[in-house]
Order: sequence, then C-alpha cells, then structure tokens
Amino acid sequence: MTYSVFNFENPEKLVLDCGETLPKIEVAYNTYGELNHDQSNVILICHPLTGDSEALNWWPKIVGPGLAIDTNHYFVVCSNALGGCNGTTGPASINPKTGQPYGLDFPVITISDMVKVQRALIASLGINKIKMVIGGSMGGMMALEWVSQAPDQIDSCVPIASTTKVSPLVIAFDAVGRNTILEQLKLDQGSSGLALARQLGHITYLSEDALEKKFSRKLQVSEKYTYSMSPEFQVESYLNYQGKKFVDRFNYFSYLYLTKAVSYFDLNQAYGSVEQALSQSSAKFLVLAIRSDWLYTASQSKALAYELMKLNKHVAYVEIDSDYGHDTFLIDSEETRDAIKSFLESL
Amino acid sequence: MKLYQKIVFNQIKSNERVLDLGCGSGLLLDKLRTEKGCEGYGIEKNFDEVIIAIKRGIPIFQGDIIEGLKQFESKSFDVAILSQTLQQVISPVEVLKEMCRVSNRVIITFPNFGYWKVRMNLLFKGLSPKTKQLPYEWYDTPNIRVITINDFRRLCYQHQIRILKEIPLVKNKFQRVFFPLRLTNFFTEKGIFILKKDEC
Repeated sequence: MTYSVFNFENPEKLVLDCGETLPKIEVAYNTYGELNHDQSNVILICHPLTGDSEALNWWPKIVGPGLAIDTNHYFVVCSNALGGCNGTTGPASINPKTGQPYGLDFPVITISDMVKVQRALIASLGINKIKMVIGGSMGGMMALEWVSQAPDQIDSCVPIASTTKVSPLVIAFDAVGRNTILEQLKLDQGSSGLALARQLGHITYLSEDALEKKFSRKLQVSEKYTYSMSPEFQVESYLNYQGKKFVDRFNYFSYLYLTKAVSYFDLNQAYGSVEQALSQSSAKFLVLAIRSDWLYTASQSKALAYELMKLNKHVAYVEIDSDYGHDTFLIDSEETRDAIKSFLESL
Repeated sequence: MKLYQKIVFNQIKSNERVLDLGCGSGLLLDKLRTEKGCEGYGIEKNFDEVIIAIKRGIPIFQGDIIEGLKQFESKSFDVAILSQTLQQVISPVEVLKEMCRVSNRVIITFPNFGYWKVRMNLLFKGLSPKTKQLPYEWYDTPNIRVITINDFRRLCYQHQIRILKEIPLVKNKFQRVFFPLRLTNFFTEKGIFILKKDEC
C-alpha cells in the first residue's frame, strides 16, 4: 500500500462547472497491489460522501488480499475526492492567495469536477484503461460520471445504492444538514453544526428495521423514564456519539461542499439525457441496489438498469436483501461481496 | 441439461439474441453463448442463482418477469424462452403477449396437466394430482395455473398467436419420431411450443 499526493499540473486550465478555477489542486490517493505489464488490472474505487483514499479502512470486507477486490491480483486506486478533507484540495485547504483556509470562498464543485480531477490523476499514473470503476452512493455517481466522461477508458462500472439523478428527498436532507452547519457557523460553532448534520445523515443511512433491531426502545442509563430533556433512549446516545466521533475526522466546510455537489448530480441535466450520457460506453455494468435503502431507493437503481437494458448494454441488476438501509454496502457486506466477486470473475 | 432443455437448445439458431425468463443460474444461456455464439439476457428472481449467472458472465435482471420484459424495446430479441414457469405466473396472458412483443419467436414449455398420470391421480385417488413433474401438495404448490396442452393451443388461437411448432416430449426415442400430435395432451408430461405473433 502506498499513500501519495498528486499535484495537478496547470490547475487553472480546469474550469469548474461553476466557471471558476483553483490556483492549486492536490489529490491524495492510495494504491494497493501491483500494476501488471499491460495495465489490465486497474480498479478505481470512488468513495462515498465521507470516505477517503484509505479504501482498506472504510471497506475492509470488500477490498484487500484475498477479498472480492483482491489486492493480490488487482492494482487498486482510491483517491480522496475534490472538496474532501483527507489530503485532497477542499474548502479546508489553504488558499494560496490569502494564506488562509478557503472556507466559504471555495468555489462550488460538482461530481463532474471531481471526476475531471480524478482523470488527471489516473493519466498521471500512465493508466489508459480501467478494468472496473466502482463506488457506492456518491462514489456510484462518480462511477457513472466516469463512464459518461471517458467511455473509452472504462471496461466495467459498478454503481452501488446510487442514482443517475439525486432525488429531492436527498437534496432535502442534505439541505437541512447544511443549514444546520451554516447557522452554527454564524456562532462560530461549525463543528457542532457538523455533529448535528451527521446525526441527521446517519438516520437516513439506516432503516426502520435496523433501528428497531439495534435499539428498539431501550433506555441508555436508567430503567425508568427520567422525564427530562437529557438523552435517555439508546438511539439518542448513539446518534450523539456518532455526531461527536464524526467531528474528529471530518471538516464542516467539506461537508457543505460535498453534499452540495451531490445535490447537483443529474446526468439528464449534464448530458441531455441518461441515454446520451451512457450510450457511448461499451462497459459492462453491475447495478447493485439495496432493498431497505429508502434514501437511494432500489427503484432508482432499477431505473438505471432499465436505461441500460433499453440501450442494449451488458448489465446485471442485483438487489441486496438486507435490513441495514443505505449503509448496507459498507457494513452488511456479504451479498455485496458475492455480487462484486462474481462480476469481477466474469470480466 | 434435462431433456426439455436440450430440445429448447436445439430450437435456437447460431448467433441469435436470446431472452431467457426465469433463467436460473444461466446454464442454458451460457451453453448457447459458448456453443452457438448467441447473445443472451436473463431474468431471475433468486439472488443466489443470479450471482452464479453473473459469474458466468450472463447479463441479468433480478426481479419480476413482467417487470423486466416491459423494459425491452419491441423485437429486441430473436427468441424469448419461458421454461417451466408459465404455470407459476399470475398473469400468463400478459407475459405471453409481452414475450411476443419483445421477440420474434417465443418458446414456452410447461408441465401438462392433461398427462394421463395426472388424470389417473384425479380419477382414481380423487386427490389433486401429484406426479414427478408436479410433486407439490395443493396447498404449497407454486404452480398456481393448471394448464393442459389443449388449453394452451386454445389460448394461442384466441390471441392470434401462431404455433410454429409443437414438440411432444416423450422419453422413448422411437415414439418421438412417430408421435401423432393429437395424442400429446394425453401422453406427454410437458408441452413445448414455438410461437410467433404476426404483426396486426
């Protein structure tokens, strides 16, 4: 495993969707395994919203030696997305013009911008062909964007619990999360805003059944109700804990910019239609949906599969039957693993 | 492959585009691809079967047959196959019509309730038929449609679906050569039909 930072050459040549440019773009990335002589073993992993380049850390059941994405066989690349806060240029980075962190002066970015930056990274590694681009949630959007931007480079594409256009439900939850941060920023309390945004987000990544199984109505400390405003139910303490823990590893400005980028994602808007976005591709697709996901619903993944079926693409559509909701692909990974493994073996 | 699968296999020409509904683990499509250069697509509900089909490199939709069928453009296949599943679908007529829409030819196989052993069951035991082909009790059977070969011929006639070929499934090779079609409803365990719906 190696961790490196790539320096984007001539960053001013990359005009972002918003029309602005960045004076400096750094991309933090990890590689695992060895690149083979004909470069036919490259797998690019695109991380979800709050992931980073350390794919082995956040996807430990899927990526690694002997696992579905076997780092003994494949050369795996994973980079922190533009706008992130784990080594890649984002709103928490220092603005070379001011010597201060960008904060809200950072230009608004899109999934398309992220992929353009990632393409420059891949080119810098001397790689022309990607055997598989894979990602869940926001990572799935990046995978689809890759196929749309660079159809000749991608042999196969695996979007998991993702969509071709982000739904108003997702936009709504993300907006509340951002509003919380923006309100708290006024009080110079960005971190507490982020903790609250994470709590809200976390609920949307689970499901009713998952919450019922994990917490039911169990109380955290006492056996009886205290009839007070302090957190009593286990689920409350859990969310508090998740919020606090998140603040230690994530930046609230990045959360603002990444969720906004997600909200803008719509292949119809960017390419005229999903058909136009994906028609040039000769990639094989594995579309993975999660039945209990009520945020990025199975019907959205199915709609993507239908488009690909109409376009006569090689597509496999699979539904994972799990109670864990959106987060299934990260936690309850057995079926995810089997599907990815089988698909990779067929390539 | 079972006998009826071999018969279906033999009815498909080289390089045809094939849709297999209820394709299981994609065995037939795999053989068609490797031995006849066919291009295939499968629809299957069961996750574990789907995973095996994916490993075989079969493009596949996990879900409901009718739901999957509706996504394809008209005449996007040369052949659509529904093997041993018609008796399990809720809306067989809709499935049949959709198959005719998406495909040039349609191959249907189903267990024949007109088979003499089934009739004997009912006649002498007075019990809902249970045979090797139809091994279920009435209360746990997935076979919610009771179809005989005569029923099926009539359905095709009613919906102006042309029967291109009817293949009697008889195990004895000699019988297979000299089998009169009018006896199939009594003597065969399975109906195998090749159909086509002419454009109106």
